[in-house]
Amino acid sequence: MTVIDLFSDLARSLPSLAAGMVTSLKITAVAVVFGIIWGAVLAIMRLSSVKPLAWFAQGYVTLLRSIPLIMVLLWFFLMVPQLIQSLFGVSPRTDIRLVSAMVAYSLFEAAYYSEIIRAGIQAVSRGQLSAANALGMPYLMAMRLIVLPQALRATIPALLTQGIVLFQDTSLVYVIGLADFFRSAKNIADRDGNTVEMILFAGGVYLVISLLASAGVRALQTGGKYVKVG
Amino acid sequence: MFKNYSWDWGVFLQPVSTGEPATYLGWLLAGLYNTVVLALSASMIALAVGVVMGVLRTLPNQRLAALGTTYVGIFRNIPVIVQLFAWYFVLPELLPSDVGTWFKQLPAATQMMTSAILCLGLYMGARVCELIRSGIETLPKGQRSAALALGLTLPQAYRYVLLPVAFRVALPPLTSEMINVFKNSAVASTIGLLELSAQAQQLVDYTAHPYESFAVATGVYILINLTVVLVMRQVEASVRLPGYIGGR
Amino acid sequence: MIEVCNVSKQYGSFQVLTDCSTDVAKGEVVVVCGPSGSGKSTLIKTINGLEPVNKGDIRINGTSVCSPKTNLSQLRSKVGMVFQNFELFPHLSIIDNLTIAQIKVLGRKRNEAEDKGRMYLDRVGLKDQAAKYPAQLSGGQQQRAAIARALSMDPICMLFDEPTSALDPEMVNEVLDVMVQLAREGTTMMCVTHEMGFARKVADRVIFMDGGKIIEDTSKDEFFGNIDARTDRAKQFLSRILQH
Repeated sequence: MTVIDLFSDLARSLPSLAAGMVTSLKITAVAVVFGIIWGAVLAIMRLSSVKPLAWFAQGYVTLLRSIPLIMVLLWFFLMVPQLIQSLFGVSPRTDIRLVSAMVAYSLFEAAYYSEIIRAGIQAVSRGQLSAANALGMPYLMAMRLIVLPQALRATIPALLTQGIVLFQDTSLVYVIGLADFFRSAKNIADRDGNTVEMILFAGGVYLVISLLASAGVRALQTGGKYVKVG
Repeated sequence: MFKNYSWDWGVFLQPVSTGEPATYLGWLLAGLYNTVVLALSASMIALAVGVVMGVLRTLPNQRLAALGTTYVGIFRNIPVIVQLFAWYFVLPELLPSDVGTWFKQLPAATQMMTSAILCLGLYMGARVCELIRSGIETLPKGQRSAALALGLTLPQAYRYVLLPVAFRVALPPLTSEMINVFKNSAVASTIGLLELSAQAQQLVDYTAHPYESFAVATGVYILINLTVVLVMRQVEASVRLPGYIGGR
Repeated sequence: MIEVCNVSKQYGSFQVLTDCSTDVAKGEVVVVCGPSGSGKSTLIKTINGLEPVNKGDIRINGTSVCSPKTNLSQLRSKVGMVFQNFELFPHLSIIDNLTIAQIKVLGRKRNEAEDKGRMYLDRVGLKDQAAKYPAQLSGGQQQRAAIARALSMDPICMLFDEPTSALDPEMVNEVLDVMVQLAREGTTMMCVTHEMGFARKVADRVIFMDGGKIIEDTSKDEFFGNIDARTDRAKQFLSRILQH
């Protein structure tokens, strides 16, 4: 196959590749947002003095961090349809693969985000919490208004880097047959018989996006805007 | 949500429906075996490649350091499943045709296992590389000077002074990477290698008992985890230096 | 024995050393002093090639340190060096710290190297610490062990780079005592240090550096005995040091 053939193949397949990329980015965006929110909650629980909350958070994080992402995806692909069916009475035939994936990635990544955020919270000096308490703020308010904003700012580079890892990990939705960017590329390869070119092309796209995003994170870090707190 | 589901944990002891002389438990064990072989072989490659590349990245020679940087840049920024497909589907096509043909005539399981070991080994190697590099970089700069001042050559300084300490510094994060090798090995199911997670999926098709299958597979992954943690803790304890904390 | 000829060095646009020349004869003890950032540590590290120079040449016993043809490792094995932060190897016991280079560089047998190591440990008063690890010793003990490590290579000269400035005050003297003893035995020494008492006691010459240049290079008696003849910067430095 010549380069020109490859380009004409690509041009013909562009719409489905673009749609696949949109799916990949959608999962990434949803999982970053909900992962960070749920991760922050888990981190606060983990550090709370209420033992059962701390135990729950620790158990959750340990469990999800010891299972392969593929297993987690399979679990959610198995359970989410039934849950939705029993909760909302939707027919199990509705394609809920995208929803399953979004739920799975959000809950899975939260375990990783919570560890990053916990380290960030612990890096904010104890004096900050005491000062907020001294002003009359109760624990949760002090966390929300004083400690968390500082912790999140300090961990933004780490959270974004984890986002890049997450973007790469979305390619594993392959196992539940969801047509993200990589699956779309593979589908085209199977249809057109240009496996070599399509896989190398897909790898190149991920490489360029991840490298650019990493460079962006690094620029943010060295820009000195987010100085380490602590 | 389980109201129509009939639990049956005895399913694992039933003979498989393909007529092979095996039970479903046997399938899972065969999958576990593949997972262990894959993960251990890959981690050996990862360690070897990671140490070499990690050392390269700390050398004064710009060209060698750039080689290490390029390696990490490529292998850390492409999803592992894409890398695996590249090893399995692409590489044999790009090899000289007689080598490619020879590879494609190997038993399918051998082809899959070889591709998966190489893929995971080099993918994890990039992460090991970064751990070794930062382990070397956290050592006081004077350590290298002191070794050289005694007349050790640069390779000797790495071999006898820098690497032994860098290894100890990198050991706790290496434990997490060791766990990650096992977790990432599940990706090999996508090219058809019947490792643990693939066997669990196969059991779903054959037994219609998805929850039991996934629960057992998940439990085994957790056990693997615990084992790795315990083993690595032993290793850490056996190389701990009296009175020494961190990189000073 | 050590000849430093017109050495200059820069990091990027920053000039660390400018046209430095001096020499150290066999058996001579030379103390290098000067304010921090004066380039004295850099100068002493150029002598065994740990810091490459941009211009000039350094020769040890006639062998050029700067020539690419020189086997630097072999040359360095004959030049003992003691560092500000001791730089014992944390993963090796004290005796192994003393023997590793003897075995790997000089090719000595292990028992021969250990005998030599123990002899020097005894000389620095650490006979009983051979089996311990560096982190189990005090700073003063670590620095004495580091001196013993350098000595067990049978060096032709010794370089000291601020050997006492990382030490707690109460440990400074135990290290200085070892250095004084070495000086009195006729060891060729070049010491970067602020310890003027040490300089007074055993130095033959004093070099004063400032701003990357050698400002003064005179005999000890002249340096301390004839204060009025000193440059302003040396006077300033001395008055600040001696106040403490």
